[in-house]
Amino acid sequence: MNTSDSPTPQRRFNTRLGLFLFLVYLTLYTGFVLINAFAADKMETIVLAGLNLAIVYGFGLIVFAIVLALVYGLMCRRDPAEDVATEEAAATAQGDSK
Amino acid sequence: MIYDPAPLAIFIFLGFVFGTVGLSFYLGRKAKSSEGYFAAHGQIPWAVNGVAFAGDYLSAASFLGICGMIAAYGYDGFLYSIGFLAGWIVALFVIAEPMKRLGKFTFADALDAKFNSRGIKGAAGISTLVVSVFYLIPQMVGAGSLIQPLLGLPHWVGVVMVGVVVIMIVVTAGMVSTTWVQFLKGSLLVIFSTVLVVMLLQKGLTTDTSSFETIGPLSEQDLQQKTIEGREVIPPTGGWISTAGEEQAFIRFVPKDGRAGYDIFHIDDIPGSDEKLLRQAQSVTGSGASKLIDGAPNGRESGERELQPIGHLSKLPGGETSTGPLGPISFFTTIGDSEVILWGNTTITNPEGPKTTVYYQKPTAGKRVLRPGEHPKFAGIRGESFGDRLNFLSLMLALFCGTASLPHILIRYYTVKDGAAARKSTIVGITTIGFFYVLTLYLGLGAMTSGALDLTDTNMSAPLLANSIRPWLFAVISAIAFTTVLGTVSGLILASSGAVAHDLLIGVMGIKLTGEAQVKVAKIAAVVVGGIAIILGVLFKELNVGYLVGWAFSVAASANLPALVMLLFWKKTTKEGIIASVLVGMVSSLGWILLSADTYKSVYGLDPNDAIAPFSQPGIITIPLAFITLIVFSLYYGNKQNESAAKASA
Repeated sequence: MNTSDSPTPQRRFNTRLGLFLFLVYLTLYTGFVLINAFAADKMETIVLAGLNLAIVYGFGLIVFAIVLALVYGLMCRRDPAEDVATEEAAATAQGDSK
Repeated sequence: MIYDPAPLAIFIFLGFVFGTVGLSFYLGRKAKSSEGYFAAHGQIPWAVNGVAFAGDYLSAASFLGICGMIAAYGYDGFLYSIGFLAGWIVALFVIAEPMKRLGKFTFADALDAKFNSRGIKGAAGISTLVVSVFYLIPQMVGAGSLIQPLLGLPHWVGVVMVGVVVIMIVVTAGMVSTTWVQFLKGSLLVIFSTVLVVMLLQKGLTTDTSSFETIGPLSEQDLQQKTIEGREVIPPTGGWISTAGEEQAFIRFVPKDGRAGYDIFHIDDIPGSDEKLLRQAQSVTGSGASKLIDGAPNGRESGERELQPIGHLSKLPGGETSTGPLGPISFFTTIGDSEVILWGNTTITNPEGPKTTVYYQKPTAGKRVLRPGEHPKFAGIRGESFGDRLNFLSLMLALFCGTASLPHILIRYYTVKDGAAARKSTIVGITTIGFFYVLTLYLGLGAMTSGALDLTDTNMSAPLLANSIRPWLFAVISAIAFTTVLGTVSGLILASSGAVAHDLLIGVMGIKLTGEAQVKVAKIAAVVVGGIAIILGVLFKELNVGYLVGWAFSVAASANLPALVMLLFWKKTTKEGIIASVLVGMVSSLGWILLSADTYKSVYGLDPNDAIAPFSQPGIITIPLAFITLIVFSLYYGNKQNESAAKASA
């Protein structure tokens, strides 16, 4: 738990990346909710391949969530502090079982 | 509708139950310590944990509730899918890794990591219990309503069966067995839903104009006759007489071939003409064993009637009757250009005897079921009232914030070895869950046009869709739906037992327990919570499943999320701020819900117009309220501490 007081640069990078992607998604989600709440008729507009905005935006939000999650997974940096902590934990776990 | 029991479903379900309980006993030999019981030694592989997230999260509400809602009203149910998934973005980007770093066994651990305060452990433990119990009720109710049609057993048997099996799973091996049950359930659910969607698209869409009769067009004068097209009209009596100023809505005929009861028709306008069309309707009078269908006892013998399955297209584009196989996009465009028969209902109050509910056909343009705002709960977004719009915003906010605050989801972060594994398993979880939610729109619209739905129970839409395609698929899907409940309930009971043993007994009351004693206490707590869940599941069997899940999300989002987020991102957060925020969030959201129109109507049976809360969903008020409470209390007590520190140093 002491590791949380002094974040490593890697962890700070991951946190910032997470917050940035979160804001990107939040903006899109808010847009979707606001259109539904205040201009529901717009959702009937045909936008792509004969599909209306409701389906395209809705599916888009789901697919985009998966894409952002994968981007985050690929871009995140390894946290050296965590590696140490994990090794220590593994060592104590082994010690216990003996 | 009357269901034929499905022996195959019973067989598959029992196989699954014995398999998982056996696995539980096998794994239970290794999970004696508290690390094992609460957190599976932190050694679950991240990929397995990711799928287990899906198994944990995709509850009966997701599978049965959303599909049923889409089948009945179209796109609106899909809004839940979108909100439920969006919540995972909060979980992944904001909560996952710190949660893993700060805590050990429970959500309270993480909140309390910096302060070591009994108050925080107490508040977080209680909020875990409250949210879990509210989430448990709909799951248990759902289990009961599934077992009724499938196995022909009474509702309470289903509730007790789920309760007992889950208690066994949780007590034998805690988090280890719970995780594997959820992993199995998550994979089965996604695989077989995919199979179902593929078969649905292969089958394509067909029209059905023969299941229900249509008479007309008729003029006003024709309607006044004693016989219409050779059928004898039953003169309206009691509640069937239309009140002054209102047009008559229904007409009843003496059945032609000497059948019991009556044939009932809805009088429908023909757009752009004075003439009327009679479309066949169905009626249910009373409930229980004395229930009447179209005026005759419920059953299949002579002299009895049963409700006919519904859900069909009346027109396909270009006057076709069958489309053949469709693609994932042409499925939607075809429905958009078709005409769908939805069903409305209205209540006839008889002066003597029970009320009659009449279900009637509503021909609806296909493009209307592909847009939001058809469901009564969502119709407000097309209305004039600002309150209705706020209600919608509030719901979508609660779904967004709720996921990352559900206790049974949060404890899953402790089953993997480190932050990176927590992150990876969340990514697997999002992918699995997102894929499933894409399928829900196909499943729901497929069910809407399957011709197999039960008028009185939309929760059965997904299994009945499977039945309309292949009977064996019905057995498989029903068994999976039932195990869906098992997976979610075991996660919830485990979270509650952790809250009782780890947070309340040890953390708050200061009872010292060794690892093994702690596990023993947690197991007793699991049995007690399981017992309470069984009782509540039997008591609340009439309540709508989806309704209570929304309730749990709102309370979780208001009580847990503000404290968690502020702890991570605001250095001035104090323990007083956290305690106040959890308590205020929990009490205000609960209170709001108890005073809302929805609860007045469906729980107390009172007039919803008397409700005190201005709209039903509390999130948009109570989530910010919990944030503000935390800031105010933290600043106040933070200043006090600074002052006393300054005095001490002076």
